[in-house]
Amino acid sequence: MRIEPNPAPPSLEMRGITKRYPGVLANDHIDLDVRPGEIHALLGENGAGKTTLMNILYGLATPDEGEILLDGTPAVITSPSDAIARGISMVHQHFMLVPVLSVADNILLGDEPMSGPILMDRHGADARIRELASFFGWEVDPSIRVGNLSVGWQQRVEILKAVYRQAQILVLDEPTAVLTPQETKEIFGVLRRLTGEGYSIIFISHKLYEVLEIADRITVIRRGKVVGQRLPAETNEEDLAELMVGREVELTVDRGESHPGGPTLRVDGLCVKDDRGRQVVHDVSLEVRAGEILGIAGVAGNGQDELVEALTGLRASSAGRVTLDGRDVTRDRSRALIKRGIAFVPADRQRFGLVLSYPLSDNLVLTDYYREPYAHGIVRDDAAIRRRAKEAVQQYDVRTPSIDVTAATLSGGNQQKVVVAREFDGTLRLLVLDQPTRGLDVGSIEFIHRQVIAKRNAGTAILLVSAELDEVMELSDRIGVMYRGRLVGVMDARDATREEVGLLMATGGREAAPIPPATGDAA
Amino acid sequence: MNLRRTISVLTIPTLAIVLALIVGGAVMILSSPLVNGSLDVTLPFVAYAALASGAFGSVDALVQTVVSATPLILAGLAVGIGFKAGLFNIGAQGQFLIGAVAAAAVGAGLAHASPFVAIPAAVLAAMIAGAIYGFIPGFLKAFTGAHEVVTTIMLNYVAIQFVAYLITGPLRAAGATFARSPDVGAASLPILIGDNGHLGIIFAIAAVPLAWWLLYRTTLGFEVRTVGANPDAARYAGMSPKAVLIATLSVCGLLAGLAGAGEILGISGYMPAGYSTNVGFDGITVALLGRANPIGILFSGLLLGAMRAGSNLMQINAGVPVQMIDVLQGVILFFLAAELLVRAIFRVRAAKAEVAELQTVSRSYGGQTTP
Repeated sequence: MRIEPNPAPPSLEMRGITKRYPGVLANDHIDLDVRPGEIHALLGENGAGKTTLMNILYGLATPDEGEILLDGTPAVITSPSDAIARGISMVHQHFMLVPVLSVADNILLGDEPMSGPILMDRHGADARIRELASFFGWEVDPSIRVGNLSVGWQQRVEILKAVYRQAQILVLDEPTAVLTPQETKEIFGVLRRLTGEGYSIIFISHKLYEVLEIADRITVIRRGKVVGQRLPAETNEEDLAELMVGREVELTVDRGESHPGGPTLRVDGLCVKDDRGRQVVHDVSLEVRAGEILGIAGVAGNGQDELVEALTGLRASSAGRVTLDGRDVTRDRSRALIKRGIAFVPADRQRFGLVLSYPLSDNLVLTDYYREPYAHGIVRDDAAIRRRAKEAVQQYDVRTPSIDVTAATLSGGNQQKVVVAREFDGTLRLLVLDQPTRGLDVGSIEFIHRQVIAKRNAGTAILLVSAELDEVMELSDRIGVMYRGRLVGVMDARDATREEVGLLMATGGREAAPIPPATGDAA
Repeated sequence: MNLRRTISVLTIPTLAIVLALIVGGAVMILSSPLVNGSLDVTLPFVAYAALASGAFGSVDALVQTVVSATPLILAGLAVGIGFKAGLFNIGAQGQFLIGAVAAAAVGAGLAHASPFVAIPAAVLAAMIAGAIYGFIPGFLKAFTGAHEVVTTIMLNYVAIQFVAYLITGPLRAAGATFARSPDVGAASLPILIGDNGHLGIIFAIAAVPLAWWLLYRTTLGFEVRTVGANPDAARYAGMSPKAVLIATLSVCGLLAGLAGAGEILGISGYMPAGYSTNVGFDGITVALLGRANPIGILFSGLLLGAMRAGSNLMQINAGVPVQMIDVLQGVILFFLAAELLVRAIFRVRAAKAEVAELQTVSRSYGGQTTP
């Protein structure tokens, strides 16, 4: 499609937006305009300034320079409620839903329809929500608790929330990060319907092929500046990646042939319960050989977290046996396993992988702090810790002003590099990677993928768990899928196709039943 | 820690003190008609001058300040180290009482022995007793999930009643006109300086660098701080949050117990039945004002100690009752907790970094700090 001179003013125009933070120019005269009915994709590495720009649009930050025009009229947006009142709505990467409240409550929250001065018009609200949902062809029970819905459905609730508030401009931050390919396709259909109704959408994603598929225009920013604008028809993934990163990027790491050795990890009939005592891992058996990557795909919440926690000693298993290099380690806790050569990159780096209030130096020795050379007896050796930290920061290209800043101040990609730098250190027998590149940009993903392949080639057995189908497809030598706590369809990566694995993720292998309705517990 | 960060951490406590002095002054002015018959606008100045002179005006005043600060510093550490591990130790009061009664009992038993035996024995007994009394809520939290805020409050009452039973029963001094424990005799701490500058001062002053060193320079302190900052990451890193919780609360109890030993062996020489001080609760104010940092606790302990020491002269010279100090302390605590209010009043943004201890306090009521 061609851009014609459009008589109607853009529904949103941001002109010369500049925002300085101490030591950083987060936005440097950024121009962005979104037309009615357009899907405008915003691409950029972590820390490029996308979040700052969207925070300015959403009233969470004030620009130092520049102006915002809504439908051609200058607007000063002072707070999120102001933004909502002006028809701007944001769907965050981490959903902003209250799990214990119902679908209806979540949608109404902050904008409750009233019948009279104190009472809520619940009946009218439910009807309105059903009506909105049916516009998208969804059947929603407004009284279901959001916590009981699958991620895909939670995404839909977020969209309903925005539409309910009569947003005209919708910002979607990484909306597909947690969805299966099928769910993504369905959400894309929804976005198309919305633009057909005149909505404007700003679409933020790291997945280049998705951006190419859905966007009408693509704006790329790097280090706070707009470095290019493209139409999907005129560009391709390589071009976009190069614009984003500023150099040529290998989108798929050349993983070469694997030369697996003997089995390093053996799991037999493992069963694991979650915090509420429900069994969420059922009778899983697998084997990872030295110098091999076993990838486990699956929609988040199908027992992967509990499986990984059991294998790394964070959670007790209720049945089954785990052996590492022929030794029974079923009952071993984290420290014993670390000593045996297991390293673990957790999915939730902020919850498990890092202490955000600690400086990088302490985070880089989080699992080794008690050992020589970082401690002699109980006395910590600050000099040795600092030396190690400086070396790691350099070797893993962590972009940080110093090793003394807290982990909280780093971008997600750099936080993850800190975790990877710590866990990949030394000679490892088994490396467990849970969503190792979640939320990272192409540059960081490339870097981490290279490190993973290097570890594999050095003879480490690698268990890769990821909801990111592409990642599993790209790195693994063998692929399995977790579906409702069971490991299904372990196959050789050379025989696997995206569609086949995607279908296994969605249905567990039975006949295709595209999207389960939002009733009962779909997760 | 660099200078800028130090300043930003000190901002809120300093402003809280300033605000408390202003509010205290207003209270004095408003209540002056009840005392003098007319509104006396100069009263706060007279009172604060007397307070300062009573706290710092002479060598004796300075010694009294340090003596008053001694139990506050130890109790402040007993609460502050708990904050570092994400624990809200409201039980310092009970641990203090149990330590005090242990010191009184052992001291009385060894009243005629050599001081070189009696003093270490009585002090050690107080520390062990306090540690055991800290161990109990630690153990309950680690193995049953019982929240330390609830258990330590209950254990405070148990301590009060247990002490009352001991002093009126088995520990009661024969021939005394009121219920009290026998004199500790040889176990009395020697006076080192001035009228009452007893050995316990050294314990408190030595405990500060020791606590700092343990927290920031050893692997044990690293574990304590990690469990406090992120228990999930601590587990992931192979630490045992349960063991850390139990050990930390035991150490807290040990320090509070030591404070009790100082008061009994250094000042009163025996324990009366209705022994009532609020040292353990004042420790909460000290710890919060000191930002849970041992060095900060040293200074906040000295500040509150100075207020206690100078309060008598304030009452004599200005006619402002010593209870005014409780008002000041309460207002300080209020403004520390209402940090947002302080920031709004003075339009400061800084000092967001070190408020973990306040989070512990607020999270404690939500019951979210289970390991």
